[in-house]
Amino acid sequence: MKEGIRGIFLHGFMSFAAVCVTVACLLIVGSFSILTYNVNIMVEDLNKTNEILVYIDTALSDAEAKSVGTQINRIENVQNAVFVSREEALEKFVADHQGDDAFSGVEASDLRHRFVVTLADNELMEQTVATLEGISGVANINAAFELAEGFTTLQKMLQIASLAVITILLVVSLLIISNTVKLSMYDRRDEIAIMKMVGATNGFIRLPFVVEGFTLGMLGAAMAFFLEWLLYNGLIARLEVVDSLKLFSFVPFTELLWPMIATFVATGLFVGVVGSWTSIRKFMDV
Amino acid sequence: MIEFTDVTKAYSVGNQALRGVSLQIEDGEFAFLVGPSGSGKSTVIKLITGELRPTSGSVHVNGYSLERIRKREIPYLRRTVGVVFQDFRLIETKTVYENVAFAMRVIGAQEKEIRERVPYVLELVGLETKSRRHPNELSGGEQQRLAIARALVNNPSTIIADEPTGNLDPARSLEIMSLLQEINNLGTTILVVTHELDLVERFEKRVIVLNEGLIVSDGMDGCYSYENQ
Repeated sequence: MKEGIRGIFLHGFMSFAAVCVTVACLLIVGSFSILTYNVNIMVEDLNKTNEILVYIDTALSDAEAKSVGTQINRIENVQNAVFVSREEALEKFVADHQGDDAFSGVEASDLRHRFVVTLADNELMEQTVATLEGISGVANINAAFELAEGFTTLQKMLQIASLAVITILLVVSLLIISNTVKLSMYDRRDEIAIMKMVGATNGFIRLPFVVEGFTLGMLGAAMAFFLEWLLYNGLIARLEVVDSLKLFSFVPFTELLWPMIATFVATGLFVGVVGSWTSIRKFMDV
Repeated sequence: MIEFTDVTKAYSVGNQALRGVSLQIEDGEFAFLVGPSGSGKSTVIKLITGELRPTSGSVHVNGYSLERIRKREIPYLRRTVGVVFQDFRLIETKTVYENVAFAMRVIGAQEKEIRERVPYVLELVGLETKSRRHPNELSGGEQQRLAIARALVNNPSTIIADEPTGNLDPARSLEIMSLLQEINNLGTTILVVTHELDLVERFEKRVIVLNEGLIVSDGMDGCYSYENQ
């Protein structure tokens, strides 16, 4: 233990650089993870609330219009279909346009009966709309393709980008820690040779260097975690006051506390221990 | 006991460091291994300490069979063989006491045991009054004594000394050889690899001569020959 900590101070600058790189990498990794998580939540919310309006042919009687719902509900991707009569639609229309004289003459007969359809999976919206269009009595469909597609694409892009960024930054952190430990080992190569000569086991020789890598990794993880917390809360506080973003709700950091701690600790541990372990192997064949 | 049976060691095709070497050094024996540069002396040492494995033949050292030894067993083999080098290989940042204690600590010895054993070994090699000094404050002879103390502290059954007097003047060389003889008198097997034939003749011990990877002479009482017998 003592030897491992000593190694950190012996190569102060490299240790500092290793911790800084780990902090930077983990900050970016953490930010991407949180962003992906938030977008996932938003897409899930959109899935829950995104509705398609299926307008019924005016030639159909009230009873016939209602019966179209049976066929709509049979479609696999339809989670729910609620009938809205033209009278109910008018009430909502009037409520939405109160004080607007331009719509004062609108009557129920000007509107159509409709179904508010909620989909199980927004990604299948296009196919579902095509099936709905094939149902007899359906006059028109109003679906927010672009919004749903946009969010799904953003979600996918973020997932791919996160994976790429996380992989690259993990490798960078691994290399930096590995080099720091390698320097430490190079500095103590004579000591290592003596240890091997007098019969020290490889495990005993490795331990201080693994402790050094572990400490650097964990130090980086702890610093990155608190910085992430601070930056995230700061950013959310600023975003929440922006009117155009009020539509979105952001997950508070405290809700992500344990997953974030687990991610940072696991990454710090992985980067520190694997980074040092790989550099040690080269020096072991004495 | 060290036993080589028809040992060949080839580093590459056509480059054989040892060619069918057979020798046996009994427990408690004192032997010199001599020969010109490139004769295979270093290869013999590396085979004994498990740094190399024989290409063919068998090597047995203190109960370990080197051609079959597992990697994780090598540290335990090395605990039975203390090695002393010409260039001492001491840790400059540690004191005399710490250099010796280090050899015990790295094999997991208890502090109580270290506190008892280190002063005893330092006294044996005549460095008991210099335990707080650093290696750079010692003479060449004293540094070699310290290296012997470190090799001895884990109580190995064999000590291999590779040119232990190569960096010392004749008087100090004699002191070191006398110290090794004293240690041998306590029951430790000693194998000294050296170029210094006057020392070999003076101590009248067994002399094994290697030349071009072959044992050309193996005689007692300081008798040797460089001619193939």
